Amino acid sequence: MKDVTFGQYYPADSFVHRMDARIKILLSIAFIVAVFLVKSYRFTGFAACLLFVLIATAAAKVPFTRVLSSIKAIIIFVIISAILQILFNRSGTPLWEGGFITDEGLLSAGFIVARILLVVIGASLLTLTTSPVELADGIESLLKPLKVIKFPVHEFALIMSIALRFIPTLLDETDRIVKAQKARGADFESGNVFKRAKALVPVLIPLLISSFRRADELADAMDARCYAGSKNRTKYKKMRLTWRDLIGTLFIAALITGIVFINIYLTV
Amino acid sequence: MRIVAENLSYVYSEKSKTLAVQALKGVSLTVESGEFFGIVGKTGSGKSTFVQHLNGLIRVGKDKGSLKVGEFDLTDKKCDYMALRAKVGMVFQYPEYQLFAETVSDDVGFGLKNFMPELSEKEREERIKTAVELVGLDYEKIKEKSPFELSGGQKRRVAIAGVIVTRPEILVLDEPAAGLDPQGRREFIELLHKLHQGFVKTIIIVSHDMNLISENCGRAAVFSGGKIVAVGTPAEIFSEEYDGVREGLDLPVTEYVTRALKRAGITLSSDLTVKGFIAAAENAAAKSAEKREGTAAGRARGGTGEEE
Amino acid sequence: MEILKAENVSFSYDQKNYAVKNVSLSVNEGEYLAVIGHNGSGKSTLARLFNALLTPTAGSITVDGYSTADKDKTALFEIRKRVGVVFQNPDNQLVASIVEDDVAFGPENIGIKREEIDERIDYALKAVGMEGFRKSSPTRLSGGQKQRIAIAGVLALKPRILVLDESTAMLDPQGRKEILSVVKKLNREDNVAVIAITHYMEEVLAADRVAVINDGEIAMQGTPAEIFSRIKEIKAMGLELPLAAYIAEKLREKGFDIPASVMTEEELAEALCESLRKI
Repeated sequence: MKDVTFGQYYPADSFVHRMDARIKILLSIAFIVAVFLVKSYRFTGFAACLLFVLIATAAAKVPFTRVLSSIKAIIIFVIISAILQILFNRSGTPLWEGGFITDEGLLSAGFIVARILLVVIGASLLTLTTSPVELADGIESLLKPLKVIKFPVHEFALIMSIALRFIPTLLDETDRIVKAQKARGADFESGNVFKRAKALVPVLIPLLISSFRRADELADAMDARCYAGSKNRTKYKKMRLTWRDLIGTLFIAALITGIVFINIYLTV
Repeated sequence: MRIVAENLSYVYSEKSKTLAVQALKGVSLTVESGEFFGIVGKTGSGKSTFVQHLNGLIRVGKDKGSLKVGEFDLTDKKCDYMALRAKVGMVFQYPEYQLFAETVSDDVGFGLKNFMPELSEKEREERIKTAVELVGLDYEKIKEKSPFELSGGQKRRVAIAGVIVTRPEILVLDEPAAGLDPQGRREFIELLHKLHQGFVKTIIIVSHDMNLISENCGRAAVFSGGKIVAVGTPAEIFSEEYDGVREGLDLPVTEYVTRALKRAGITLSSDLTVKGFIAAAENAAAKSAEKREGTAAGRARGGTGEEE
Repeated sequence: MEILKAENVSFSYDQKNYAVKNVSLSVNEGEYLAVIGHNGSGKSTLARLFNALLTPTAGSITVDGYSTADKDKTALFEIRKRVGVVFQNPDNQLVASIVEDDVAFGPENIGIKREEIDERIDYALKAVGMEGFRKSSPTRLSGGQKQRIAIAGVLALKPRILVLDESTAMLDPQGRKEILSVVKKLNREDNVAVIAITHYMEEVLAADRVAVINDGEIAMQGTPAEIFSRIKEIKAMGLELPLAAYIAEKLREKGFDIPASVMTEEELAEALCESLRKI
């Protein structure tokens, strides 16, 4: 349970860590756009994205294994997508006489897998190098224009940062409850989907109740520390754009240009 | 059921280079059937990892030593964990947080449904009733209530009933008195002794409270850095012999005072229970009274001698 | 000088049963007060009344001249700045995933400027001995360390009273010792008044004064030695003596000459030694 690292901050002092959270969020979105810009079967475009990821990882001083482990959480989803493509893509020529697997099916499966993996890696690079608080502050700052339409930007950002803060706590708690119910003979591993879903009730209910209790206590603790919404509130961490943000932006611009170039002039 | 662990080791996240933590390093321990056994050690000393092996919540790894609980061989791939868990009840810290069912009787009966689905409705209710009454609650009054309506102390009792309902032979409790007030704590310990007098054979308590261990356990093991560094009666494990390896654990009050007296030249020898300690103090008082009478009598005799 | 004053305070959650009944209590600047009582005796309600998380159903509580019943936001802030409460579960009172961000939360709420927040984080983390963990994530810390961060988060508001609502109940002995020594130091060196609500009789001994709460009422008040000499009443209220005092009492019953003031294991050892030598 504790191996789930997706969304976990990796503290370090690096080029990427020091970038402005707002820029990092925008650049991550730009990166995802870049990945989706890659035209069908231009794998060189993905190679360019991968190169970008490798450089960014090195600049972030995050071990590449940490980046890869973010994939673990979605690996089943990736495999299913690939299988669906292979089984149901009917265009192209069959690999063998009368076979239903086509060359194009394989290509498109590879294409989709590469796309999903790159998007997840890009997103996890953001969460690995940006603390939840910075992330929430960044989003708050980016969403500020929405205040005009009375969108509760500050509250939204706070809710997000608290959610992120409580993920490890709730994972620990889930682990404990699962063990306690297993000790009472609960079986989470056998039976069909419905049976397994039903087996989760003795875990989910205590988890829900404890989450309410935690929320209650947290609200008290926040009140006790003079929390009263965003009015007259100061921010300890200031966001300031630096030369690092400029370099990051240039890199992404180069990537997107490269992909457009590949889309037009290359065929693979 | 006898517990025999031999050279047991365990590593968390073994495959990861950065996250791997060796929680157990070759632990060997035998706990006989019928013991009231204590397990102490600092947070992170490996004691929780060890006890979670006892009912197979953590599996014995390949080449990581062996563990037998009664007739169950936990190194055997075919080990029937369901049958094992019915025999080795485990109460975690703050067990009241695992309650989930609509009624007390459903919650207590959860284990029965899982372990013994073949029981008839009547038998099941009979067992639930026994368990609830054993933990000192009024079954008729409480059975249809939601467990969430109960007081903190009652919730904990219901949670324990939900574990002992399968009539385990071994009951393992992790910090069972945490969060209770003094009276609650006292009543809870009394309940454990009551259970030990017949309902369950072996009780194993994991605790940070050295006074609780010395007062209640026949034997105890000290964990430190994933190893057992001392096993024996409380008087043995808290003796000076193990001072170097106990890793900053407190001494029970009785042992602390015994040692202070020893430094002053007064020897008390007791089992470190309060009762034993007081008897030892009375003994020492009687002895020194005797001695003084002796010397007084001697002096008196010497005096008469001179007169002669 | 009196900093907190409760006068005839009663409180009911449901308008029927009273969790706190007619409590009058005052706390002086720099005082160390312990509050004990069985579970459900109303101790925790009292903590919430002290910093205006709850307002009395009857009676009044004033902190440095501000009434907790005052609906004005400034009064509320002034009270909460002065009365910092640390709760039981350290996991449920940390709001941020980085230590310094969490400590900054309180000062941010009351609109402190950035430079001063920096100073306050320095002060608060140093006061709890966690200055080396400024950039760490609380999830990786031990229970005692987390609770010290929670105390730092409260200290960053520069409170005059620190209320510990069973703040050591979920900690191991090591963590409990850490908290006790931090709190003692704050009380002695920074003159922060302490109201420690606890089940651990050993922690009560650090206090100047003890209030025993039973069924919502103050049943006794006095120094730890005075309170623990009233053994029968203590037991009747579901409490008990510190173990050393309990053993001393048992020894007295057997005719040993042990003074009633014995509370700690050190005192017990000395008194018993003395008593055995006299025979």
